[in-house]
Amino acid sequence: MPDLYWSAVTLTLKLASLTTLLLLLLGTPVAWWLARTRGWFKSTVGAMVALPLVLPPSVIGFYLLVTMGPGGPIGRMTEALGLGLLPFTFAGLLLGSMIYSLPFVVQPLQNAFETIGERPLEAAATLRASPLDTFFSVVLPLARPGYLSAAVMGFAHTVGEFGVVLMIGGNIPGRTRVLSVQIYDHVEALEYTQAHWLAAGMLLFSFAVLLALYTLIPTGRRRSGPAP
Amino acid sequence: MNSLANTRMQVRLQLRRTGFELDVDLDLAGHGVTAVFGPSGSGKTSLLRAIAGLEPGAKGHVAIQDEIWQDDAQGLFVPVHRRALGYVFQDANLFPHLSVAQNMAFGLKRVAPQQRRAALDQIVALLGIGHLLQRQPDTLSGGERQRAAIARALATSPRILLLDEPLAALDAARKAQVMPYLEKLHSELDLPVLYVSHALDEVARLADHLVLLEAGRVSASGPASELLTRLDLPLAHGDTAAAVLSVRVLSHDPDDHLTRTGFAGGTLIVPQQAASIGQTLRIRVQARDVSLTLQKQSGTSILNILSVTVTALSPDSPGQLMVALDAGGCPLLTRITARSARLLGLAPGLALYAQIKGVAILG
Repeated sequence: MPDLYWSAVTLTLKLASLTTLLLLLLGTPVAWWLARTRGWFKSTVGAMVALPLVLPPSVIGFYLLVTMGPGGPIGRMTEALGLGLLPFTFAGLLLGSMIYSLPFVVQPLQNAFETIGERPLEAAATLRASPLDTFFSVVLPLARPGYLSAAVMGFAHTVGEFGVVLMIGGNIPGRTRVLSVQIYDHVEALEYTQAHWLAAGMLLFSFAVLLALYTLIPTGRRRSGPAP
Repeated sequence: MNSLANTRMQVRLQLRRTGFELDVDLDLAGHGVTAVFGPSGSGKTSLLRAIAGLEPGAKGHVAIQDEIWQDDAQGLFVPVHRRALGYVFQDANLFPHLSVAQNMAFGLKRVAPQQRRAALDQIVALLGIGHLLQRQPDTLSGGERQRAAIARALATSPRILLLDEPLAALDAARKAQVMPYLEKLHSELDLPVLYVSHALDEVARLADHLVLLEAGRVSASGPASELLTRLDLPLAHGDTAAAVLSVRVLSHDPDDHLTRTGFAGGTLIVPQQAASIGQTLRIRVQARDVSLTLQKQSGTSILNILSVTVTALSPDSPGQLMVALDAGGCPLLTRITARSARLLGLAPGLALYAQIKGVAILG
């Protein structure tokens, strides 16, 4: 049984870390674009990014299963590329998790970029920094609290996912059986003691994560100087 | 509008926004401080930003000396980060994540070594920020932040320094703390400065040249001493009207705590200054501190009496006239009652004496 525990724990951590890492990389340009664009297109993309916040996970999972399946567009693409089909694989879980946790990473980043505003960018330009240089030397350091909360939220949210995983990952021990599914299995089998161990662990973990987040990022910090 | 000698900067810019249009055509001096003066909303800041390249909507032509920064006729636009300019924002706009020293280094290390002309220690000393270098911007006072921002801009060895109302966000006491540094900048650096302001006292203290902006258009431009005293312009009216003179220190009288100074229009005795003989002082003579007499008075407490000629008269507030005077080629202003003007028979060309009750030393 400890083996089952540990494979679920390591799989969950691996999935959450990879999801968070990839989302931070891919979410940065999306959030930057959203923070600096005006107009109807921004609202459309913004709404699409936010969709996973309101959709039931089973809906996301269902459509992912259909599109990644043999007849679906993603399924045909992955088969043509010789990757096989994604459902019931770790890669499929990863893709599902990324979509599921997308708003939890993009929105904190977008907020951070919007808070920074135009002014430091203008100062950097008058000090000879090109736009790319400015992004790395000014925007990234100033957006650090945003990155921290994006990483923590993305990671914690992925650890807690259940519905999407169940729909597209199934329940294969060692491959797609993550913690939340493991807990579900225990409850189904009326193994409440084992379920307690895992559920309490999750509870403590989630609380610790949020506690760290609220301690590390005091609200109302940053932004020095009077308003123009 | 091309009355400035040594014109080195051409600015021809249009910027249209809803409810506002900026349309200027200027030849600016390549040396000294040029103040862009006008009321809030006249487009001063927009003009400065457009010159820097920070207003993408601005169209036209901007060239400094032999370098063209923008020419829409040729489809040329040099991005801000490739323009050798220093820009000081109204609220300093220091990077909050960097110390003062790191803020200065930010610009400096992005300038090619062969183009670095500014000596860092000299800049630090000039602005008196040596003790602030390791501090974070949010621990500085408004005045200190502004000085650090000026130092940061100077560290990039700019060909022109653009200052956007650097004192506007400061209270009177802080303003008085920063002003001497701006004056030092003026006297010790050989760098053209474009200084946006809506405060007449700053302009009187600092400006060599003046551009008056009204509702997005240039209403006048030229030497500051001339524009400050031109009766057809609003500057030469009201309580704050004043002439600015450059005078040379001739001698000191330590017993009476006075300093004797001279200029083309005669001599002026001022409160004792810690200035060496031959040094130039900038002084302001307010219109309300000058009175007129037809004969040179003796037996008066007034020490400064200049021989002057009336050049123009213009109505000021009801019952008051503003009179422009010429003292050896230097303009002065006086505000007198319409009745006095009638009794004295004032008319352009009349020679008489100006009694100056007091002067302010500007630096």
